[in-house]
Amino acid sequence: MQDFSYVAAKTVPEAVALLDEKGEKARILAGGTDLIVQVREARRDVDLMIDVKSIPAVNVLDYNADTGLTLGAAVECYKIYAVDAICDAYPSLIDATTIIGGTAIQGRAGVGGNLCNASPAADGIPPLIVLNATCVIAGPNGERELPVEQFCTAPGQTALEKGEMLVSLKVPAPASNSSSFYLRFIPRNEMDIAVVGAGASVTLDDAKQTIVSARIALAAVAPTPLFAEEASALLAGREISDAAIDEAAQAAQAIARPISDMRGTAEQRTHLVGVLTRRALNGAIQRVQDAS
Amino acid sequence: MAEKKEYKVIGTRPIRHDGVDKVTGRALYGADFQMTGLLHGRVLRSPHAHARIISIDTSRAEAYPGVKGVVTAKDLPDAGDKVADLGEGAVNLKHLCDNILASDKVLYKGHAVAAVAATSPHIAEEACTLIDVEYEVLPPVLEVRQAMEADAPLLHEHLKTTSMGETADEPSNVASHIQHKLGDPEKGFAEADIVVERDFVTGTVHQGYIEPHNATAHFNQDGQLTIWCSTQGAFTVREQVAEILQYPISKIKVVPMEIGGGFGGKISVYIKPVAALLAKKTGKPVKVLMSRADVFEGTGPTPASYIRVKMGATKDGKITAAEAYLAFEAGAYPGAPVGPGAMCIFAPYSIENVVIDGYDVVVNKPKTAPYRAPGAPNAAFGSESVVDEIAEKLDIDPLEIRLLNAAKEGDRRADGPIHPRIGCIETLEATKAHPHYTAPNGKKHHGRGVASGYWFNIGLESSVTINVNSDGTINLIEGSTDIGGTRASIAMQAAEVLGIPAESVNPSVVDTNSVGYTAVTGGSRTTYATGYAAYEAAQEVKRKMIARAAKLWEVNEANVQFADGEFSCINGKEEQISFRDLCAQLGQTGGPIVGSGTVNPGGAGGAYATHVVDVVVDEETGKVEILRYTAVQDAGRAIHPSYVEGQIQGGAVQGIGWALNEEYIYNAEGTMTNASFLDYRMPTCLDLPMIDAVIVEVPNPGHPYGVRGVGEVPIVPPMAAIANAIYDAIGVRMTELPMSPDRLLKAMGKI
Repeated sequence: MQDFSYVAAKTVPEAVALLDEKGEKARILAGGTDLIVQVREARRDVDLMIDVKSIPAVNVLDYNADTGLTLGAAVECYKIYAVDAICDAYPSLIDATTIIGGTAIQGRAGVGGNLCNASPAADGIPPLIVLNATCVIAGPNGERELPVEQFCTAPGQTALEKGEMLVSLKVPAPASNSSSFYLRFIPRNEMDIAVVGAGASVTLDDAKQTIVSARIALAAVAPTPLFAEEASALLAGREISDAAIDEAAQAAQAIARPISDMRGTAEQRTHLVGVLTRRALNGAIQRVQDAS
Repeated sequence: MAEKKEYKVIGTRPIRHDGVDKVTGRALYGADFQMTGLLHGRVLRSPHAHARIISIDTSRAEAYPGVKGVVTAKDLPDAGDKVADLGEGAVNLKHLCDNILASDKVLYKGHAVAAVAATSPHIAEEACTLIDVEYEVLPPVLEVRQAMEADAPLLHEHLKTTSMGETADEPSNVASHIQHKLGDPEKGFAEADIVVERDFVTGTVHQGYIEPHNATAHFNQDGQLTIWCSTQGAFTVREQVAEILQYPISKIKVVPMEIGGGFGGKISVYIKPVAALLAKKTGKPVKVLMSRADVFEGTGPTPASYIRVKMGATKDGKITAAEAYLAFEAGAYPGAPVGPGAMCIFAPYSIENVVIDGYDVVVNKPKTAPYRAPGAPNAAFGSESVVDEIAEKLDIDPLEIRLLNAAKEGDRRADGPIHPRIGCIETLEATKAHPHYTAPNGKKHHGRGVASGYWFNIGLESSVTINVNSDGTINLIEGSTDIGGTRASIAMQAAEVLGIPAESVNPSVVDTNSVGYTAVTGGSRTTYATGYAAYEAAQEVKRKMIARAAKLWEVNEANVQFADGEFSCINGKEEQISFRDLCAQLGQTGGPIVGSGTVNPGGAGGAYATHVVDVVVDEETGKVEILRYTAVQDAGRAIHPSYVEGQIQGGAVQGIGWALNEEYIYNAEGTMTNASFLDYRMPTCLDLPMIDAVIVEVPNPGHPYGVRGVGEVPIVPPMAAIANAIYDAIGVRMTELPMSPDRLLKAMGKI
């Protein structure tokens, strides 16, 4: 492992100034569960690690039933699933945060870091996409916002410009009669990276028989996590049926551009997109229907 | 079943002597070793699977600040074509040396090319990137059938096939061909009403021990070399290092540290001679640690294989003939365990007509190493799947067909030996009687499978010394690395002889200067052979103690009796003294007592296992869940039942991993793409049910307490048992390992 410098930034402007000065070779350190491993294995060349864990703005965890969730970029998984109201409002986020790594990793790793690591297989990203989350980004020219589905641009690459950092994620309050679901396929039951991941959110009518709107997102089937926009749109206004769900699953399969690698083959992944999209949609619908 | 003797210590479950230190993190492993002036070594490994080395320039690395020495194959003595005998068969010394540091060719990605010693691990790592190696890249040969083709690229220009004592004229990747024949297979197949023939393919799998290889070497001023390391056998390290460095064994001391798993993978040396070379070059102690990727890419896994099995049976289920073709990947240098595979494949059966052909074939992968019953699991995957298919086609219960054909005392194995008393039938009967076998299992996509396995077990040399302490305890000095609770199982055999509790024995695993020669902890031999040596050493202690009691009472030794830890006089004198009290009087009766036992026993008893497994298959994803698992095994005599159960469970679990997900995945260039525990998917506790271990005891007549080896046979049946269960669940016969979700989806026609 190469030597590097370490700074514990106290404020967002301080971190931004350091990022702006050092450019590519500076990285934000939050949980470090990806970054430290990458540096140790010489997969990322880092001169400066900027620890943001003591910056208040990136540690905010605030949920309000009217305005939604503000999730600081450094908030660890375990803090998220410790809040009952968040578990009730965003079950797909909980599905993901409880399967990222193991219990020990969940004590360090957060959803913001999972997003910034920009792995195509990240479990944390599809839930953010289906929950319509927005990234709050700070940079030398102030703050800007970006939909989560536009944040990742390639494996390990994000839309962050020089000097920019992710401060927090804003997740809208859930609509009534809505819920969400995330699942992944792994050959084992734990300690694995998604061969395919699928998330879905649905809003049903008051009778809970018709889909008002839906959002579907996929992981590990393209260079970035995908928002399956057409597949999602197909469901709007449809009565809940196997046929409607199959159609959406097929539309999701149509946008998958998987590769074959040590975690799975392209054919397997395309097949699994269909299976998991159906299971995610049915899971989300079931959650709405089970809610009193 | 043989009559059970009454034992005081054997068969009980005392806490293992090394347990507390291990669970509290105080036990010292190789990576913990520290020494003043210690340097850190790092090995540069080949990025290519097959290439000629044109040149190696180490000058930039040598000039890097903090670097104290760089070594390459040039620092090894010229091996030429010398043959080294390392106790487990002759090994070409050039092959042995080239696997430590490549001289003319690299034969697998990860092959060691050079090594650096520096003042910190980071400097050593950085300096490795400054070594300039020029390669001429050659096409890799990555699969056994491809390697056997006439026009396949050759790994070794001088390797020629030996077959039944004859050596071929032309070079080949096939190092050797063996054949075992019994009876008249042609006639046997003609007598069959049904013949099933199937092809099988198994992947390359790693032992998956948690602790990576490590070694610290130091040369004293007088040329004494000491190596502290993780190994399954300190004496084999001494022998291998002596051969490779052409250095006298009397000048080498190997100190075995605690071992974090081996399963056969810590018998061959890799970085130990490298650490020694660096220590010699720098004049300082040098510690070399492997990373996990080093372990996967640079040490021996167990081979991938191609297997064809043909079996014939009459319609009432009698197997009339069996034929097997076993082609095993040796990796870069000859030495695949095709021999043991051929010995074991049909050993659970009494078959009159058998022919087995085995091929040892080099490919551009790491040289294979032993792994728990090496060769037998590959072979059994084929034979036990075919037996299952025959049973199904004849509509005979799979345990019944095994019982009908079960091997028994007096039967001849195809490779020659005649079975002594074995527990094949008793193991099958116990499986049949187990409630698991008759539990309901009719749900959709649920299936149940059974399979059997055999492992011959070995004896080999062991030495034990016992020093008697004045407080009634004994110190037991042994040379067997304790991997699976053998301090306890060996100590208990001495304790039984001396009528003392297991806790009164203090076992120590010591260095090669401090105990008599002891072969590796492998071949399921340790509780058997080193236990036997402990028994003999304790017998000597007992004889000497009897002499002391006789002296004390001024009677003839023949008049002293020893039972239940008490010496007593049987000639009318009312004398009695406990073992403990007599220990306190050694000084007055002639001085210290030391007992020693050295053995090379020929009576290792073969072990049989039969496993039953229930699975459920997710038809949409191809994922297999293990719902219930019962492993039945003949242990001969379970000295410490908990550790026997642990061995059975561990073997079954490693077999489950081998069956479902474990494999080396290579790209076209011959790079392993899953060289980490993240992507080399061993099962975790969340993937497994409780493994029910059932111990059958058919004592081995070749051991004073009836011990058979237990560590290896439990990995033999799982792959076929799970394949048979998958067939029962979804009607698809899986013939390729691992039976991973993508392969199941393909087999089901889903993708």
